[in-house]
Amino acid sequence: MLGYLTHHAQALLGSIGRLVRTPFATALTVLVIGLALALPLALALFVSNAMRATGGFTGAVEVSVYFKPEVAMARVQQLAQSARGRADVATVQVISAADALKEFRQYSGFGAALQSLGQNPLPNVLHVLPAGNASGPADLAALQHYLAAWPEVDLVQVDAEWVLRFNAILALLRRVLGIATVLLGAGVLGVIGNTIRLEIQGRRTEIEVVRLVGGSTGFVRRPFLYAGMLYGLWGAGLAWALVAVAVLVLRAPVAMLAQLYGSSFTLSGPGLQQLGLVFGAGLSLGWLGAWLAAARHLRGIEPRA
Amino acid sequence: MILFERVTKRYPNGREALRAATFSIDRGEMVFLTGRSGAGKSTVLKLIAMLERPTRGTVVVNGQNLAALKSRHLPAYRRALGVVFQEHRLLDDRPVFDNVALPLVVAGASQSDMGKRVRAALDQVGLLGKERMLPNELSVGEQQRVGIARAVVAKPAVLIADEPTGNLDPALALEVMKLFRRFQDVGVTVIVATHDLHVVHEFGQRTIVLDDGQIQGSADVPLPSMTATR
Repeated sequence: MLGYLTHHAQALLGSIGRLVRTPFATALTVLVIGLALALPLALALFVSNAMRATGGFTGAVEVSVYFKPEVAMARVQQLAQSARGRADVATVQVISAADALKEFRQYSGFGAALQSLGQNPLPNVLHVLPAGNASGPADLAALQHYLAAWPEVDLVQVDAEWVLRFNAILALLRRVLGIATVLLGAGVLGVIGNTIRLEIQGRRTEIEVVRLVGGSTGFVRRPFLYAGMLYGLWGAGLAWALVAVAVLVLRAPVAMLAQLYGSSFTLSGPGLQQLGLVFGAGLSLGWLGAWLAAARHLRGIEPRA
Repeated sequence: MILFERVTKRYPNGREALRAATFSIDRGEMVFLTGRSGAGKSTVLKLIAMLERPTRGTVVVNGQNLAALKSRHLPAYRRALGVVFQEHRLLDDRPVFDNVALPLVVAGASQSDMGKRVRAALDQVGLLGKERMLPNELSVGEQQRVGIARAVVAKPAVLIADEPTGNLDPALALEVMKLFRRFQDVGVTVIVATHDLHVVHEFGQRTIVLDDGQIQGSADVPLPSMTATR
């Protein structure tokens, strides 16, 4: 067991040594892998930040219920209560016509004009917030249908169109992210496979000698697999660093923009989960690329007779 | 120990390097394989080292029929074999120690064991103290001896050498051959392919003579008529 571990440690150290001895070539390969991994990471971060910036969608969808003018406040309260009893409703806020008028007078600048009106032109209103798990288009339609069925109700307005659009944009972005991840992952696989192929060719003599003195295929392959994994890990590290720097640089302008919209949103960097994914992807792509190259190119190398 | 039974080797270019060659070598024996170049000496060694497979016939080494050896057991088989070439085939970017240690590294020997055995092997070939040097810093004779140390460091049961003295002057060649005989003295089966008849005569070991892929004879002392004709 100890000998086995020593074997692996030697192969790993040997691979590190070889990569470090050719710093320029190694740096170029790592740079390409880093950029290829940074792109999907940045895109994933953009999507998750965009979702956070809009505060999720549960808070954004609101159903406004306008009552007919003759409906009394007591009845409105009663209906509000029955709406609160539904599973797909989170909160119901009652805004009386008087309150609405007061607010309107205060903020609209039409105070003087309103004064001249004999009576309050505004209706009583309910602001219904759907429950978090019931904000999909079908759920909203059902809720709207229920509210509109009350005879006292004049109009039910669902403010959901932009949310649906935004949802669609995000779904599109996620799909783009998926495509980019697959393509760039394949690119990383190719870069590592090609690099390892060149390395195998460069060490042909050594491989022949090792085979001659009885080195198994596993023994011959091991340093190349470690080299592949190192490329992948270093690439992942570079990708993380690039994205982290980009987040730092963008944080202030984003906060400024958010402030102008009256939001306290701040850009967040890659989380532990994303970090794990990037390093996991780097490691496994590196291993796989090296393994494929080794399987393809080591076979032909037998000791020259 | 080593048995060739009607072994024929035809290379892809159509050349028949061996034709129905039959001979046997006992355990612990030292045998010279002679003949003009192209007579099939190297092919015999390649077949023993499993660098080539016979077209027909049977090769048995150490009780193992090589035709039945699975490719995943080939590395273990080669570890029980020491091979020396005319061109030493050392790794030029590694010091002498690492070159000699390679068979032990491949076999998974422990570090302490490795140091002891590499130094013992270098001591046997008279190169103790040159462990840190690179092969290119050594003379041709020294490089050849590093190759021999690498071949014997894992204590193989069989040692095969293909023209090991080809690049050496007569005095050095004799030295190297004496070295091989010392390994025979400790029980290693040694097969040396050489066209250096001077050395062969000097040693008086059993000699197998090949001509045009066929066994011409086998004698304890090479007969001038068999080696000098044509």
